[in-house]
Amino acid sequence: MIEVKNVTKSFDGRTVLFDINATFYTGKTNLIIGQSGSGKTVLMKSLVGLLTPEEGEILFDGRDMMRMSTEQRKNLRREIGMLFQGSALFDSETVLGNVMFPLIMFSDMNKAEMRERAEFCLERVNLVGAENKYPSEISGGMQKRVAIARAIALNPKYLFCDEPNSGLDPRTSILIDELLHDITHEYNITTVINTHDMNSVLGIGENIIFIDKGHREWVGDMHKIFGTANEALNDFVFATDLFQEVKEYILKNGRTAHGAARRDVMQKK
Amino acid sequence: MIIASSIATFGRYCLFMKRVFSVPEKWGIFFKRTVGEINKLGVGSISLVLIISVFIGAVIAIQMQLNITSPLIPSYSVGLATRDIVLLEFSNSILCLILAGKVGSNIASEIGTMRVTEQIDALEIMGVNSRCYLVLPKITGFVFFMPVLVVLCMFTSLAGGYLVAVFTDIITVSRYVYGLQALFVEWYVWYALIKSLVFAFIIASVASFYGYYVKGGALDVGKASTNGVVSSSIFILLSDLLLTKLLLQ
Repeated sequence: MIEVKNVTKSFDGRTVLFDINATFYTGKTNLIIGQSGSGKTVLMKSLVGLLTPEEGEILFDGRDMMRMSTEQRKNLRREIGMLFQGSALFDSETVLGNVMFPLIMFSDMNKAEMRERAEFCLERVNLVGAENKYPSEISGGMQKRVAIARAIALNPKYLFCDEPNSGLDPRTSILIDELLHDITHEYNITTVINTHDMNSVLGIGENIIFIDKGHREWVGDMHKIFGTANEALNDFVFATDLFQEVKEYILKNGRTAHGAARRDVMQKK
Repeated sequence: MIIASSIATFGRYCLFMKRVFSVPEKWGIFFKRTVGEINKLGVGSISLVLIISVFIGAVIAIQMQLNITSPLIPSYSVGLATRDIVLLEFSNSILCLILAGKVGSNIASEIGTMRVTEQIDALEIMGVNSRCYLVLPKITGFVFFMPVLVVLCMFTSLAGGYLVAVFTDIITVSRYVYGLQALFVEWYVWYALIKSLVFAFIIASVASFYGYYVKGGALDVGKASTNGVVSSSIFILLSDLLLTKLLLQ
């Protein structure tokens, strides 16, 4: 579990996060949502230690990251896997090399064991047969899956994903969402996903934190989001006619599977 | 204002170098990467060094002959002057200024691209000291291989002058070869090698520094690459002056 307590972050005197409080639960897909420029990326970068907030606490299972020594922070980072918006795969390494990288750097495995583990991770993300390709030779969706395989190679306790669906087609986005959801439950990971993809919000949002203009505006899950009275959240999530109709349909029919509801609405149209 | 900003940048450079010179996480990986950098930055520069050296050596020999017209100056002075110019300045300072363009821009753009594509962030989040992992092998590899490039440059430049003697009638081969051997000062070779080590360090470290702190996108990577080359060239010239004063006087 990750607890964020009273976190405030500014850049050149301009505050972008105001006194944020949030809890990210183990074994759940925790989503940070908000419009572009709302501060969600700053919050995620603060969580993984790429930015240092001026005030507050970030507790990883009770361990305050902001008060850790460099060595303790280094050790904590080995419990963290991260999926970047642009995948951030190493250009000079093959797919297998990318997944083996954290194992080479931080495990005591021999080469055969490392290879076996990397192949297992690639298999887990349905990417068998691409081991010897370079990142530039595979599609964006495949790159995301390689990045997920690399992120889980060392069995992390915490998995952070920065806009995992950006630049992907809707079908691949859903596959990536399902993969992240399944991995979270299978390995009991604390997964934090930064997104503004409404399909992700309504599909895998087991714990949703809505950030607006640097403030935490709303906390809930994908079921509660349909009945929310929060105006900013309504404007953000149900901004399109389609999602508005899906919301009305769900509220009327009492269905919670948004995918099925969306299909029904589209068929009616 | 410019002075304050320069001092601040130099301070950041020093802090950057402090992190670069840390103990590598895995020595095996460090040696493997160093060999890779020797191949990429050093061996990859051999052809450029050879082409430039042979032409510049030939040009120096021709210009020496054109400028030494007095009957009081012996004709072998062409070989002697060519040799000393090559040993004292061309094979180290001028060569390193040229390499600052090739190697420096390569390093700055490679590291800069890694920065803007979040590859450096990925290393940091994994708990890898990205400065040490990326930059130390580049500095070590390039400094290690630079003497090889300098020695190659020396021989090829003098061979360029030799070709002028063979294919033109401005100086005889025997007088040119005699000039190459006359009044030889061994220390000049060591002086060239010492300078080149310092310059190699400047090229690799300054370019890495500019690449590492890129913010933005492709345009900024280009700017960082230019800044890296310009700054390392200035540092090379400054240290050339300092080292010449220290080592030759």
